[in-house]
Amino acid sequence: MCTTCGCGTDEVKITSGQQPQRAHVHHHHHHDDHQVHAHDSEARLLQVEQDLLRKNNDYAAANRHFFSQRGVFVVNLMSSPGSGKTTLLVNTVGAQKTRYPIAVVEGDQQTSHDAERIRSAGVPGVQINTGKGCHLDAHMVGHALEQLPIENDSVLFIENVGNLVCPAAFDLGETRKVVVMSVTEGEDKPLKYPDMFAVSDLMLINKIDLLPHLNFDTNRCIDYARRVNPEIEILQLSALSGDGCDAWWAWLSSGLDTARTMRKAAAGDQTA
Amino acid sequence: MHEMSLSQSMVEIIQEQAAVNGFQHVTVVRLEIGALSCVEPAALSFCFDSVTRGTVAEGATLDIIKVPGRAWCWVCSRVVDIEGHGDPCPDCSGYQMQTRTGNEMKIKELEVA
Ligand SMILES: Nc1nc2c(ncn2[C@@H]2O[C@H](COP(=O)(O)OP(=O)(O)O)[C@@H](O)[C@H]2O)c(=O)[nH]1
Ligand SMILES: [Mg+2]
Ligand SMILES: [Zn+2]
Ligand SMILES: [Zn+2]
Repeated sequence: MCTTCGCGTDEVKITSGQQPQRAHVHHHHHHDDHQVHAHDSEARLLQVEQDLLRKNNDYAAANRHFFSQRGVFVVNLMSSPGSGKTTLLVNTVGAQKTRYPIAVVEGDQQTSHDAERIRSAGVPGVQINTGKGCHLDAHMVGHALEQLPIENDSVLFIENVGNLVCPAAFDLGETRKVVVMSVTEGEDKPLKYPDMFAVSDLMLINKIDLLPHLNFDTNRCIDYARRVNPEIEILQLSALSGDGCDAWWAWLSSGLDTARTMRKAAAGDQTA
Repeated sequence: MHEMSLSQSMVEIIQEQAAVNGFQHVTVVRLEIGALSCVEPAALSFCFDSVTRGTVAEGATLDIIKVPGRAWCWVCSRVVDIEGHGDPCPDCSGYQMQTRTGNEMKIKELEVA
């Protein structure tokens, strides 16, 4: 239960199997001044001009501040259910956990299977169950951070709820948004769910080990993704066989380098 | 269905406004929704009707003002209106487009009593 903001946690459940570690990163914003236009006692028109995502964006800004102070490179992983997000994370944790500290927030409507898979791979994982909620929001992530040891100069993965629509609209405070699609899904996914591909920084085409058995047109898929987002980076890999994962890990290392450099610059600390 | 959480945000904003401005009832909620914001107006109205039950906004009409998306076309070197992410340029039919605006979702004004 949240005492800072009094939020109802009726549907959302966060589990780590550990005690909370610190106060959570709520941002206490000021309410904007309100303008009353007419003073008619019957009916009046109030100019409001309030963003519907204002609260989420305030929490996201607080999360982002928390991450930047610690030099954390944060990746928000999004896809349809079953594209291979958890498999990719388990494989990445196994290959990279000796190189830098890793922690994972897992979002699913039900069950804590995915967080358990992460913990058995050897790094801290917290599960957020959203119930009927179809996306993570910045407020839930802020609470999950209370239960997760976050080291300086580390990588945090947030596996969003499997859904190619809603998570696109909610900033979690991440450094990068990554969309995963697998070659079993049909190459026109970027055109069917353009919002998701438009907001993502990187698209991972997963399960390329299955290509010989399918007639997936990789070039067409890339062309569609670029139509929606000319700047999107694209990598092809197999989370199962490990093919192509080197480029993904290099992408992560370079993101972490930047996060670390920015933390040190902000701290005025020039030591290596 | 993130229209449900958006509707809950609307109710929160309206309740804050009611506390500050002291009105008892909202008759119209005027929203500005960008064409690229991936909000389904019908779903939003439906969710809004259900989450406003028992609040000052019960029975209020949702008046949705659609704002077109705008994108930069690298071929035409100018800003054009678009209806969705991944739409071609209306002039040159090309896809070298960079989105500028169209994601807005805000309560613009309330008619209250
Ligand atoms: N052949 C193949 N199967 C994969 C690959 N990555 C994941 N899978 C399988 O896809 C299914 C869903 O994977 P999961 O990681 O749970 O997907 P998530 O819902 O996105 O987290 C599982 O049966 C995985 O074994 C891959 O690269 N190749
Ligand atoms: Mg998963
Ligand atoms: Zn809270
Ligand atoms: Zn053009």
